[in-house]
Amino acid sequence: MTVLLSGWGRTAPSAARVVRPRDAAQVAQVLAGAGPRGALPRGLGRSYGDAAQDAGGTVLDCTGLTGPVRFDAARGEVTAAAGVPLGRLADALLPHGHVLPVVPGTGYVTLGGAIAADVHGKNHHADSSLGAHVRSLALVTPDGAVRLVGPGGAGRPEDGPDGVTDDDPELFWATVGGMGLTGVVTGATLATLPVETAFARVDTDRTADLDATLDLLSRESGHRYSVAWIDLPGGGRSVVSRADHAHVGDLSLAARRAPLRGGAAGPAATVPFTAPAGLFNRWTVGAFNRAYYHRAPRRRRGQIQPLAAFFHPLDGLRAWNRAYGPAGAVQYQCVVPPGEEDTLRAVAAELARVPTFLGVLKRMGESTPGPLSFPRPGWTLAVDVPADLPGLRELLDRLDRRVLEAGGRLYLAKDARARPGTIRAMYPGLPDWRRTCARADPDGVMVSDLARRLGLRARPEKE
Amino acid sequence: MRDAVGSVRSVLLLGGRSEIGLAVVERLVREGAREVVLAARGGTELPGVLDAPGLQVHSLEFDASLPETHADTVARAVELVGDLDVVVDAFGVLGDQAAYEADPVAAARDSAVNYTGHVSVDLAAAARLREQGHGTLVVLSSIAGVRTRRFNFVYGSAKAGLDGFAQGLGDALHGSGARVLVVRPGYVPTQMSRHVDPAPFPATPAQVAAAVARGLRTGAHTVWAPPVLRPLFTVLRTLPRPLWRRLSR
Repeated sequence: MTVLLSGWGRTAPSAARVVRPRDAAQVAQVLAGAGPRGALPRGLGRSYGDAAQDAGGTVLDCTGLTGPVRFDAARGEVTAAAGVPLGRLADALLPHGHVLPVVPGTGYVTLGGAIAADVHGKNHHADSSLGAHVRSLALVTPDGAVRLVGPGGAGRPEDGPDGVTDDDPELFWATVGGMGLTGVVTGATLATLPVETAFARVDTDRTADLDATLDLLSRESGHRYSVAWIDLPGGGRSVVSRADHAHVGDLSLAARRAPLRGGAAGPAATVPFTAPAGLFNRWTVGAFNRAYYHRAPRRRRGQIQPLAAFFHPLDGLRAWNRAYGPAGAVQYQCVVPPGEEDTLRAVAAELARVPTFLGVLKRMGESTPGPLSFPRPGWTLAVDVPADLPGLRELLDRLDRRVLEAGGRLYLAKDARARPGTIRAMYPGLPDWRRTCARADPDGVMVSDLARRLGLRARPEKE
Repeated sequence: MRDAVGSVRSVLLLGGRSEIGLAVVERLVREGAREVVLAARGGTELPGVLDAPGLQVHSLEFDASLPETHADTVARAVELVGDLDVVVDAFGVLGDQAAYEADPVAAARDSAVNYTGHVSVDLAAAARLREQGHGTLVVLSSIAGVRTRRFNFVYGSAKAGLDGFAQGLGDALHGSGARVLVVRPGYVPTQMSRHVDPAPFPATPAQVAAAVARGLRTGAHTVWAPPVLRPLFTVLRTLPRPLWRRLSR
């Protein structure tokens, strides 16, 4: 069936034949039958741009790749199929007293998609990105082989439950952050984190401006999780949340009886229709940001919050991207190295002049070896901007240059408009990644609109 | 691919010497396009306005009056640059109305270029865009086709046909990932129109190009240049015939 697909930002849709395989054998079959315009796995479509689109080709809807979630209590590892949403995986783990090692801003991403984007969470400064916790993954390459690959080194998996271990760390790391272009991940084994309760113990602070925010986030407070919700048009004032997993003793006496219950997400409402054009503007965004800022407490310590509510505040509202209106939105997310706070200030100052909401600022820690993996030590800033804003192209091109000069980079899972040369310069590992891709997929079956636009797989495109 | 802010990589210009067409291409190059195919009868020279680092400009033989060659024209453009992100259909001839009335054969010949020439090449281009699952076909219509007028009805009627054809094609492509952008400029002073008396609300080729860029950015199906023509023609379209007939322009 031909379907028009777009990313979460709802810009630049393209059409593809969509199939929904149920297991690795069906995935191999689809890849073998892919036409001249290739094939690509897609999860829940939460990447903002064109990463999960393959115009004119075959898109594998991987949400059909489900199965039992197996928890190995002795090793503290969980094995699941790639189509399982992280939110559901977390719900399955909690009764065992474990949580996912890395949780992105939404639970509505599949395990496979999370690996393909090497997602990070509010604990990146402490625990790195998801790829650092993947023990092995099952990858179907276009030749039809199902490979079980691991990260190599100390983390190298012993022979997995399916028997075969393909000792190919290069392919593993090309897949982690590889945006689905090395093959189709059908399952993975992750290390997990033991917890006492299903709750977070949250400290909240309001800061007056960007410098105060940076200062607060820089302090070694020992919190596992920290993030700033930032009001850029309001001068960078922020609501800073820092948290840890709550201990049993932190809970109310009633909650102590079943400390691992009550952390799951509640029922969700749905945004019923696409908002009218022009609703996403300076005034609505300003009002929203002001309200959000002033609703937060100036300073609060030790608030007990269900984990799902802390990790995924927006998951209570389905299809909220409809609020962007018909033109959709671009999310600009960059990371700059430590010491490049001036670059961050300059980028923030430029973005303060356009309507942005849901600005998020976070301190980042160690990266993984994935050549296309986004996270790097330093600061990451993410903001949503209306896609039809006049002058947006020039503004973001200007920011790209600053970020590149500072040694920073853009996040491919968010990108919808960068230039090929910019991405090439930001990801020096790209040639290595291309070689690994060419080895796993010599005929270039795996392709996406993102890869076409940025020339990721092809010979260097002219700038 | 068209990106989220309306930039593209490749452009095929049908009517490679059209001033408006070249202005559109120049604008798209300024916004990031790096592969350009100029298709015209007898090929084209590289126009001086097209200059950017890494820009590749190809020339392609294209004769609007030979519909049997049009599928091949599109196929050769694909061979040159791969996916066609934008196809700009900008060719046309604008003869003198009095001369047309004196020479019905010439009128029919020019009308074939201005209407059926577009039908064959646009259908071939649309088939390619549908196959690749993305892309925009930009069709240069004209306000002359919105409501035909006594003083240029031969040209205007061909444009009216083209406009209707392009709208229908846009609807046919709905859901395919490919789109049609209908562009309705007013009077544009160019080489082609220099024998025509200037009309109110003129647009420069650059203004038409800006309107096209806006359409690509916002995903509109119709743009007018200048934009004021849209409300103006909402009124003009309803004028009674005796009144419309008397409007000299």
